Amino acid sequence: MTAMIEISNAEKTFVMHLQDGIELPVVRGVSFRVEPGECVVLSGPSGAGKSSILKMIFGNYRCDGGRIGIRHEGVQIDLAKAEPRQILSVRRATIGYVSQFLRAVPRVATSDVVAEPLIVNGVARAEARERAGQLLRRLNIPERLWALPPSTFSGGEQQRVNIARGFISDLPILLLDEPTASLDAANRAVVVELIEQKKRAGVAMAAIVHDDEIRHLIADRIVDVTSFAAAA
Amino acid sequence: MNAPAYNFAYLDEQTKRMIRRAILKAIAIPGYQVPFASREMPMPYGWGTGGVQVTAAILGPNDVLKVIDQGSDDTTNAISIRKFFAKTAGVATTTATADATVIQTRHRIPEAPLHGGQVLVYQVPIPEPLRFLEPRETETRRMHALGEYGLIHVKLYEDIARFGHIATSYAYPVKVNARYVMDPSPTPKFDNPKMDNCPALQLFGAGREKRIYAIPPHTSVLSLDFEDHPFTRYRFDAPCALCGAEDSYLDEIVTDDRGGRMFVCSDTDYCETRQSSGHRGSENAAPHKERAHG
Amino acid sequence: MAENQDAAADDQPLLIADRLSKAYGRLTACRDVSFALYPGEVLAIVGESGSGKTTLLQLLSAQLVPNAGCVSYRMRDGVTRDLAALGEAERRFLFRTDWGYVHQDPAQGLRMAVSAGANVGERLMAVGWNHYGRIRDTASSWLERVEIDVGRIDDAPRTYSGGMRQRLQIARNLVTEPRLVFMDEPTGGLDVSVQARLLDLMRNLVSELGLAAIVVTHDLAVARLLSHRVMVMKGGRVIETGLTDQVLDDPREPYTQLLVSSILPA
Repeated sequence: MTAMIEISNAEKTFVMHLQDGIELPVVRGVSFRVEPGECVVLSGPSGAGKSSILKMIFGNYRCDGGRIGIRHEGVQIDLAKAEPRQILSVRRATIGYVSQFLRAVPRVATSDVVAEPLIVNGVARAEARERAGQLLRRLNIPERLWALPPSTFSGGEQQRVNIARGFISDLPILLLDEPTASLDAANRAVVVELIEQKKRAGVAMAAIVHDDEIRHLIADRIVDVTSFAAAA
Repeated sequence: MNAPAYNFAYLDEQTKRMIRRAILKAIAIPGYQVPFASREMPMPYGWGTGGVQVTAAILGPNDVLKVIDQGSDDTTNAISIRKFFAKTAGVATTTATADATVIQTRHRIPEAPLHGGQVLVYQVPIPEPLRFLEPRETETRRMHALGEYGLIHVKLYEDIARFGHIATSYAYPVKVNARYVMDPSPTPKFDNPKMDNCPALQLFGAGREKRIYAIPPHTSVLSLDFEDHPFTRYRFDAPCALCGAEDSYLDEIVTDDRGGRMFVCSDTDYCETRQSSGHRGSENAAPHKERAHG
Repeated sequence: MAENQDAAADDQPLLIADRLSKAYGRLTACRDVSFALYPGEVLAIVGESGSGKTTLLQLLSAQLVPNAGCVSYRMRDGVTRDLAALGEAERRFLFRTDWGYVHQDPAQGLRMAVSAGANVGERLMAVGWNHYGRIRDTASSWLERVEIDVGRIDDAPRTYSGGMRQRLQIARNLVTEPRLVFMDEPTGGLDVSVQARLLDLMRNLVSELGLAAIVVTHDLAVARLLSHRVMVMKGGRVIETGLTDQVLDDPREPYTQLLVSSILPA
């Protein structure tokens, strides 16, 4: 009723026109819901379609059937049928996505990369930078790096910048695609803490994590994606 | 007797009618460049073919013609055009500004105030004030039509950026009757204020470019500028060496190869009139003394 | 308060293309194109040479007259009007004030022999600015915004590098704070590092100023970095449209898949 994410019978098939139109069914019959303050972890072997489902929820992959209900500004809208403008508005105000890789924009300082989601939503630049600093400090990014663009950083540092950027916002839905991969134990613990904080704030999360230990720490529920497998 | 070799004032009557129609249209739309079928004249382009055709079209047997070139009645160009009309139209000629009914000019406006009934005919090399900024004629005509004159300020902006002030000192753009931006032909900007609310009719003829335009009597002519860089007149800061005038536009004359120079009125009639009524400049007063010492 | 007003205005399209078609003799350059562009939205039109994207851009910016269909634009007074019904003076005024047009070749969009300051100031003078000092100050601040050394304000763009010329062209267009900017291959002909800087600059300006933009490009990386939405054109038709990341990450049409798969990995 109050679910933030409510998916029913969603399905996705890739048609590879360059390979004689082969159809690659990815998932079908995807149905689950995520309540506020809940973290649902998608599980299943790689290739089962976990990332595809997250991308469908984010509107990055188009949905070939079914429904992806998202509670956006108090009303549920079906992202599978939404206009591009609505999807953009959902991304600005409702859904955040933390991917494994930072799509770094050249020449933008790290602190600005992290602060941007706040600034876009109207938070004053100084305050946004301040909050960005707090998160970067927590994630052990040395202050001397903040003014540099992250494109020059190591893989682990880039991922932490990306996490900071994903967690800084006050969005009510977060999608986490392996947020802890390639992090050391200390930083993994920080991410777990951040997720706990988000839960307490009522944020609904859908996550993919391969690390069993982390999964046990953060998951309120586990959805087995193999049941949605659509392999013909 | 033989029939005269020329029609009155050289041009045939049909041509004169065509030019008069262009002139009438130009007067009706002050500052607007009216195309006309410019004829070949017995002189090269650049020698005043546009002005000569306008003069030929408006001249009547009772007119008194004065021709000046840079203010002077006695340079080659002025003399030959004056003789041309004396011969082909048989009109009276004069060098006195006040006595003339038609004054053809190259690049000056006489110092003596013009009066109603006089016509000042300018020789114009390039009538389009936007030409050096916008080379396309189709585009400049559209800009005139729509009153899009941002571009003309670009030229003035460039002057200030480069020289610190509006350095355009001749062909200084004006807005006529609060509508058309016009090139006043390469007159010094010193003369610009004389065009404003002038009692005489001012006609402009460009022979090579085939355009005629006009400022009817008592029409507003505003020199363009910026609020913080207003239009200013410019003249050399000296009295005329011959007549002592301090209000006339001066020519600089180099007198030797050691940097010696003097300034004299560009308007010869104005200068001579002043001298004949007793005004003296430094060069005119000095000779006797110098001879006495020499 | 002001925000609410903006929000209300944002709900209406800024520009609407309705079944636009244009043929050159037997060749149809653009067929039945319809879409709506909203304030602050950046739309990329992608496709290979000859796909009709430049023709479409010219139709949208009222430089070409369509054989069928119409383009309407919501003017600053809030009234949406058919561009074909505007008088020439109105259309040209729109072009100088509320619109920008960034050409691929800066020489087409700049006065190459006139100083950078006057290039930027021209649009201000065209709308009646008559104070040299203020025009110059505004031009300087725009040069700074597009990262051109203010010390070069009196130099003509013909002395500038390709990247600087393109940035100057952008400043010249944005000085009157347009609401819509058309860009025709804005990074074409620049080398890669210069492109990256320009893209980054455009991206920031577009978001800071809340500009709507229509960008024609054959470079999908440009589309990805700048645009919210993409229209893929082929043979004069729009064959696929959607959110930029959707179309590029999950292309549906055979031709779009081919385009996407032809990008060299970064």
